[in-house]
Amino acid sequence: MNLPSVFWKQTGRFCVPVVLVAAWEAFSRSGYLPPSLLPAPSQVLWTWADWLFAIDESTQNNTGHWWVDAVASGVRVLGGYAIAAVSGISIGIAIGWWRWVERTVEPTIQLLRPIPPVSWIPLAIIWFGIANRPAIFLVFLGTFFPVLMNSIHGVRTIDRNLIRVAEMMGASERQLLWLVVLPAALPSIFAGLRIGVGSAWMLTVTAEMVAVKSGLGYVLWDSYYFLRYDMVIAAMASIGLLGFVTDLCVKRLMTATLRWQETSTVQGRKF
Amino acid sequence: MSASIKVSGVRKLFRDRGPGIDVLAIDHVSLSVGQGELLCLLGPSGCGKSTLLNMIAGFESPTEGTVAVNGGLIAAPSADRGMVFQQPTLMPWLPVWDNVAFSLKLKNVPKKQRRIEAQRYIDIVGLTGFENYFPSQLSGGMAQRVGIARVLLLNPAVILMDEPFSSLDAQTKLEMQEELVAIWQRFATTIVFVTHSVEEALILGTTIAVMTHRPGRIRESIKVDIPHPRDSTSPAFNDLKRHIMSLIRQEARLAPARLVTPEPQ
Repeated sequence: MNLPSVFWKQTGRFCVPVVLVAAWEAFSRSGYLPPSLLPAPSQVLWTWADWLFAIDESTQNNTGHWWVDAVASGVRVLGGYAIAAVSGISIGIAIGWWRWVERTVEPTIQLLRPIPPVSWIPLAIIWFGIANRPAIFLVFLGTFFPVLMNSIHGVRTIDRNLIRVAEMMGASERQLLWLVVLPAALPSIFAGLRIGVGSAWMLTVTAEMVAVKSGLGYVLWDSYYFLRYDMVIAAMASIGLLGFVTDLCVKRLMTATLRWQETSTVQGRKF
Repeated sequence: MSASIKVSGVRKLFRDRGPGIDVLAIDHVSLSVGQGELLCLLGPSGCGKSTLLNMIAGFESPTEGTVAVNGGLIAAPSADRGMVFQQPTLMPWLPVWDNVAFSLKLKNVPKKQRRIEAQRYIDIVGLTGFENYFPSQLSGGMAQRVGIARVLLLNPAVILMDEPFSSLDAQTKLEMQEELVAIWQRFATTIVFVTHSVEEALILGTTIAVMTHRPGRIRESIKVDIPHPRDSTSPAFNDLKRHIMSLIRQEARLAPARLVTPEPQ
């Protein structure tokens, strides 16, 4: 591989964002809109830096407070996500595997599923108060269903002969579930987990805007009241960045776990 | 370690394959396989030969009649009847050696010992060097060898094979057939081998049971006394081939007629 092509491979991915940000900066400085309505990226960066490291206290009581806000949101995401992952995978496998579980549990779940998680906010507040718990509950609702649906699908599409092979070799039902059904359903389960990451951040932020008095979503909404649109954009970018990092973690975990799939699928294709 | 199989008066009716349609897959099949025999079940697609095999394995149960191995009636799948499927049916998340020794994992045998035990059978089927490959990295023939090694490790009394070589190319198929004969002679197990190829049945079988169109019955059971390895160009081989082909041709003529005749209930 020659040098220019390496250069393009590494820098190619940054071209579009750099051009977009440059255009935005130029547009903001042109004075077409008042700077308070569309702050320039440089302004946002400066605000963000103060929020992160308390540089000049331009963000007032938020100065240097980013880490606390990020951790507060992160804990909610992680909490709700973990509960949803564990329960979604286990209930999903149970529904996919046992006909009687499917008959008794699935109709109820399918009735609850179309209710948008956000519409649970009032009940979440009266049940759990204004703290971490309503946010965790919402994250759980948003993540549980995609994980569940994909787990069910993963179990139902397992090759029947794979189960027969294990039965022939004397597998107990417990062994079947742990050693055959779960690993065979993993590709589908991971698809659900990745969809879940997106809704987890979305719902944490929503909950924080309405029902919680801390976290990135709260700062975002609070800054809107104080007309600090630079802060709003910095908060949006923070959420996007954290969402991206979370997804990257799940993706890394997925490629490490599903290493056996690589050579036979498009993702293992060599360029 | 081999066993005898006795199939007596077996019928198999599949219900609810469509609204009000019951399919009679097998009709009054009786058949016995002696110890150390290599029986080839030969028949056209859809004649119920795989269904018969599945009933010997215990994956399905007969609507009427009984299947017994060494005198014991079959109720469920078990490790003394090892099946090699048409598709390799390997656990795609396990490397070759772990697939071969999967039955030991179920018995909680420690990893080190499983690895050693697997190696023996990997060497027997000629996959040495591929121990750590994943099934997705193997060719069809190699994957099928893993399926065979896995069954050999089970050391079953009966090996059941459901058209295991039908998706392989001609050359690999020949190679695998020769190896199967070698393995059968070495382990002296009873094998029931399902195939739709007259040639394959003649290369492998000590007995060939020719089945009819659906509903499957045994048309004729033919002893093949030609010693292994068999020369497919020898006169004896071709005499038998001619005979079996004529049976199959007769069956093919009868098949459409049977479709119009209503089934006696």
